[in-house]
Amino acid sequence: MKVGKIPFCVTLLVIAFLYIPIVILIINSFNESQFSGNFTAFSLKWYKKLISEKAMWEALTNSLIIGFFATLISVVLGTLAALAIYNYKSNLQKIHLSFIYTPLIVPDILMGIGLLLFFILLNIKLGLFTVFLAHTTFCVSYVTMVILAKLQNFDYSLIEAARDLGASHFQVFRKILVPLLSPAIAAGALLSFTLSIDDFVITFFVAGKGAVTLPIYIYSLVKFGSTPIINALSFIMLTLTFIVIFTSERLLNKKT
Amino acid sequence: MRKSLSKAEILLTLPSFGWLFTFFFVPTAIVFALGFKSTTSQGGIGEQWTLETMGKLFNIHYLVLIARTVYLSAVTTIICIALALPVGYYLARAPVRLRNLLLMLIIVPFWSSFLIRIFAWKSLLHPEGFIKQWLAYFHIINDETTLLYNSGAVVLVMVYTYLPFGILPIYAAASKFNFHLLEAAMDLGATRMQAFIKIFIPLLKQAILTAAILVFVPAIGAYVIPDLVGGTQSEMIGNKIAQKTLLDRNLPLASALSTLLGVTIALPALAILYFQKKSKSYILEKKGIE
Repeated sequence: MKVGKIPFCVTLLVIAFLYIPIVILIINSFNESQFSGNFTAFSLKWYKKLISEKAMWEALTNSLIIGFFATLISVVLGTLAALAIYNYKSNLQKIHLSFIYTPLIVPDILMGIGLLLFFILLNIKLGLFTVFLAHTTFCVSYVTMVILAKLQNFDYSLIEAARDLGASHFQVFRKILVPLLSPAIAAGALLSFTLSIDDFVITFFVAGKGAVTLPIYIYSLVKFGSTPIINALSFIMLTLTFIVIFTSERLLNKKT
Repeated sequence: MRKSLSKAEILLTLPSFGWLFTFFFVPTAIVFALGFKSTTSQGGIGEQWTLETMGKLFNIHYLVLIARTVYLSAVTTIICIALALPVGYYLARAPVRLRNLLLMLIIVPFWSSFLIRIFAWKSLLHPEGFIKQWLAYFHIINDETTLLYNSGAVVLVMVYTYLPFGILPIYAAASKFNFHLLEAAMDLGATRMQAFIKIFIPLLKQAILTAAILVFVPAIGAYVIPDLVGGTQSEMIGNKIAQKTLLDRNLPLASALSTLLGVTIALPALAILYFQKKSKSYILEKKGIE
């Protein structure tokens, strides 16, 4: 049976719709002129300007620090959570699982205002530390989901066989679970690092005045002085994103 | 039967459970509770419990805001589903290599920075931007038309941002769909379009509902998109919450608005859950009869 022309055309249009803004953005990062309407000459001046921007480097450093620690803690918490939910089918785990996936459904703005109120009521000073706490909170859910998906596809008889052959709990963990799960753990870590680096809404609520992360810096550029250095920054970030996706695809699809 | 919890289970569960209880459950509960607190004259949190703050939401200003938020989110959802259906159908039928390539192409922008995608549209729609220049060149619009800072721009960028959420569940269901059914319908004289509408769409109802929720929920909580490409006439609940929290510092009122947002999301989700349960028990009953 033939597939029909309309679905094919719509698919092509959707792909074009998704990519045209990004492609024009990239072209414009090399555009001498400030406006996207006319390309005057090829130039790297926006990249040079971006590199000399002190505030950008500061924001980038903050983002990397927060991303690193949020990833570290959320990977530990998420791995434990996935193992608990997979191993025990108790009522406690049902509640546990609902705790894990509700943050995925709740809009960012609710999570942002909730955490802000929480920090205000407890008199915790807003800054990098509160941003780290917030990021870890939403990253845990994603890490758990990635690892749980891997666990559910995995053959439990391997563990039973190992136990029958006399392996201890710790040996099973060390020799079977860790090697089997490490690609999923790495993919979860990449995902939470990307999410942390990219988060704006929640960060905006809990950052206070001092902690400018990269998205907050970009937001202030977009909102107030939309200079083409964002184009240059966008191209660099898109390239990094491509590398991250490619690596995580490799990690998850690798045959074990 | 109730099994007592083992030490190992508690050790494995406690870290993430405790973390999410403290930093997710408690803050959410605070939001709902503060909506029932009074506001002091400085905009601080008052002592007594009251319904006054919640009551403030029932004026025309907020009702318009809520109606607009629901309307813009619904339009976004409908457009996303209308695009996702043919795309999901095509992906399910495309040769494997092409399909994987297209799926990758659909997912990649979704991984890239959210703000950068909005910025890309903002500069495209800008008066000196690409689209405006072209449309004016072909005399489709005149020089005075502004493409930015209106509801149209908000819907456009929301569709752009949330479209993958619509496509992926529909594709997942379509890839398990038995396409012989469509052939059978066409052998019996249906046109391709009729087969698509009368068989493909009804059988994918579940996936379409999932896709609709996945688009509708983030759309209704949207804040950055209306803030950056919308104008005063396209303000949404998210903008008001941010304004009351960050500018006016009226935390009880912001909480009341957030509660309202939570309810607006929970209602359709619960309705769909209820509906699904009902149709499930209906199917079970039918099976029992047979």
